[in-house]
Amino acid sequence: MREPGSNRTPETGAFYQRDRQWHPPAFTPNYKSSVLRSPQKALIAFDNTLSELTGPAFGHAMLGELDNDLIHNFARPGESPIGERIIVHGRVLDERGKGVPGVLLEFWQANAGGRYRHKKDGYLAPLDPNFGGCGRTITGEDGGYAFRTVRPGPYPWPNGPNDWRPAHIHFSAFGHGFAQRLITQMYFEGDPLIWRCPIVGGISNKAAIEALIAALDMQATMPMDALAYKFDIVLRGRRSTLFENRPEGN
Amino acid sequence: MTQSLDRLKESPSQTAGPYVHIGLTPNFCGIGGVYDSDLGSEMVNEQTKGERIELRIRVLDGTGTPLKDALIEIWQADADGLYNSPAELRGTANPDFLGWGRQPTDTETGVCRFHTIKPGRVPFRDGRLMAPHISLWIVARGINIGLNTRLYFSDEEKANAEDPILARIEHRVRVPTLIAERQGDAYVFDVHLQGEKETVFFDS
Repeated sequence: MREPGSNRTPETGAFYQRDRQWHPPAFTPNYKSSVLRSPQKALIAFDNTLSELTGPAFGHAMLGELDNDLIHNFARPGESPIGERIIVHGRVLDERGKGVPGVLLEFWQANAGGRYRHKKDGYLAPLDPNFGGCGRTITGEDGGYAFRTVRPGPYPWPNGPNDWRPAHIHFSAFGHGFAQRLITQMYFEGDPLIWRCPIVGGISNKAAIEALIAALDMQATMPMDALAYKFDIVLRGRRSTLFENRPEGN
Repeated sequence: MTQSLDRLKESPSQTAGPYVHIGLTPNFCGIGGVYDSDLGSEMVNEQTKGERIELRIRVLDGTGTPLKDALIEIWQADADGLYNSPAELRGTANPDFLGWGRQPTDTETGVCRFHTIKPGRVPFRDGRLMAPHISLWIVARGINIGLNTRLYFSDEEKANAEDPILARIEHRVRVPTLIAERQGDAYVFDVHLQGEKETVFFDS
């Protein structure tokens, strides 16, 4: 089956194995919530079956006009949220460097003061009546995406006695296979809180952390309107099926 | 020196955090008007082929306390064992069943409910049939990288006994951690993140 409206031949090769040394481990005691929520036994490994190789396709038809505009998708008519207006854009690639089209990207964040629109967030900073904090888009043929929002504020959180999250935007990426499913966070260039954060610190490799820091992209800014940050996301690559499942002699 | 393989590294995972619902089920957490409905909240319609079932899933931490801020996604084949996916080359799945669902755990009880159908059997890589199963992906505050596991069915004893993935589990005492118990039209499944009954999680 092809994705409706697409000429792409679907790929069916297995996904590259995950580099578990590159990701944060399950147990990162400086991030206290992980202590009782981290599996302690070894993961059972197996090569992908159809259950991991396949995944649903999300068509652009499901998107509303303002889904990728957090400045307007919750605001009252004629109003917009307080904060530094930014465009976030980039590409979703796989480990082979290929753009991945048709990826459902969902993002959520705190408002400019660092407050989430959630009943469990009791931070002092006020809610913004014009900011909901969620958005989504689907990547184009080259894997590209863009959305507009306000820069989220940093905020304190109950972990250590004085821990602060760096400004960040949560990203959920849904690629072509269920085994590619990924949630991560985007940080902002130059934020000194990144290197003090126990959640970020669960990643042991400096280059891996830097892969989550979006760069200020002056060429993509809108003069007199919005700054821009570029954030690429990399999903698991896929093996070629060229030599798979060919009995000897055929 | 050799040539470079020119590979990129997968973006490192970060926790979905306590407010994952804002992004993935905004209507559930009171953010109305942005999306008509929460994606993945309805899996079946009147035309969907197959036996209607309910899944009642809980995720328990190392003290046995159910998580009340988790989010679960499921992915499964249709009643004939076909996935509704561009990568499904064996045939065309039931168009009235996407096979993918997303639900938050209840904020009071921790129970996560899916209304779906019982999946058919899907072949393993070598052509042997796997037992009917549903793939689970679990994220929450405190979970640094999404957890993958599978739900099998207690009333599929014969199929379970010949399932190639279940057969891979060396410590047979752990196999029951993947088997949901039938209670009426529902299957009840507790995911234990830690402890003696820790659920088998997969790396695939």
